[in-house]
Amino acid sequence: MNNNLKEQVLRSSGVNVLKCMRCGKCSGTCPSYDEMEYHPHQFVYMVEKGDIETLMESKSIYKCLTCFACVERCPRGVEPAKVVEAVRLATIRKQGNNHLIPDAIPEMLDEDLPQQAIVTAFRKYTK
Amino acid sequence: MNTFTYYPGCTLRTKAKDLDTYARSSAEALGISLVEPENWQCCGGAYTTAKDEIATKLSAVRTLNSAKEAGQPLITVCSACHNVIKQTNYDISHDEDMAAKVNNYLKLDEAYTGETTVYHYLEMLRDVVGFDNLKKKVVNSFKGKKIAAYYGCLLLRPSKALAMDDPENPTIMEDFIKAIGGTPVIYAQRNECCGGYITMEDKAQATKRSAKVMNSAQEQGADMIITACPLCLYNLKKNSGSELPVYYFTELLAEALGVKEAGNE
Repeated sequence: MNNNLKEQVLRSSGVNVLKCMRCGKCSGTCPSYDEMEYHPHQFVYMVEKGDIETLMESKSIYKCLTCFACVERCPRGVEPAKVVEAVRLATIRKQGNNHLIPDAIPEMLDEDLPQQAIVTAFRKYTK
Repeated sequence: MNTFTYYPGCTLRTKAKDLDTYARSSAEALGISLVEPENWQCCGGAYTTAKDEIATKLSAVRTLNSAKEAGQPLITVCSACHNVIKQTNYDISHDEDMAAKVNNYLKLDEAYTGETTVYHYLEMLRDVVGFDNLKKKVVNSFKGKKIAAYYGCLLLRPSKALAMDDPENPTIMEDFIKAIGGTPVIYAQRNECCGGYITMEDKAQATKRSAKVMNSAQEQGADMIITACPLCLYNLKKNSGSELPVYYFTELLAEALGVKEAGNE
């Protein structure tokens, strides 16, 4: 339990995790469900419990597609994607924790890959 | 003549030139004047929802403010640009703390607090031109073509900020398809994510997602699928493994209006 980190994630996301009634609809609608170790509803619950470091170290933070399905479909307006984003930021803001480095880009390119993919990945994975 | 500030965004200048050129030639045919602001910057591709992220929101605010200074509504075409700019505009109108921080950075002559009206090109067709008027200008009808509209995630959500259409049962793209003479195909995955930028991180996931979308459209008998997003087009074409043709909606619009050749000049 890390109260500092919990405070940071709550403030950064602006989410009131106590509104969650644990129906699981966010995870049910998540297109990345199969790829995630921790699912959107678990992010919300674990942040409530202050178990932030476990989430920060999980690859699940890089699996959110920011499609806002969970945000739109939550019956309580909890907005789980914002929690995932705040946890990911807590990780990548640390020195040396960028998930994508420019040197890795050339290998990922193909002639049709839109610039949009690259700038979005940088915004999501790098500080 | 209706005049709008037109924001193309980075990809429409490079890998998605078709989306841009057909949007311009069609607008001209419809009596809409699009003015590109000087020195626009990339929107960043994704909206950073975090409240303590300010710098990542500034380029969108600069774009919004240039439309405000021109006294024109802002038009976007790319779904991602539209999403980033709309969410930025929503938050700067509703979050005083964020608006104050953004304006402290920008030091504009007059603070920007969400004054600009933002239209996606599809909304311009619906709300400014009108689909009934568009219908009258069609010279090459898509009659007999079964066309699946792919909204993806960015055009509709979060609906409180995007406010384009019903986020679960949208009709704007289907109404566009009807206006150009085609038959819209409704399918389950039309407003689910294609995988987006995950193609950089995990190709297999992008393949899984985009194949789901394509198969869903194909099962409902679609002849083709249309999108407003360069990254959707990429995933659906390159990662899905499906042969179903994918086009930008502006290409069909230009074809219907008889200005497709003009767009290629």
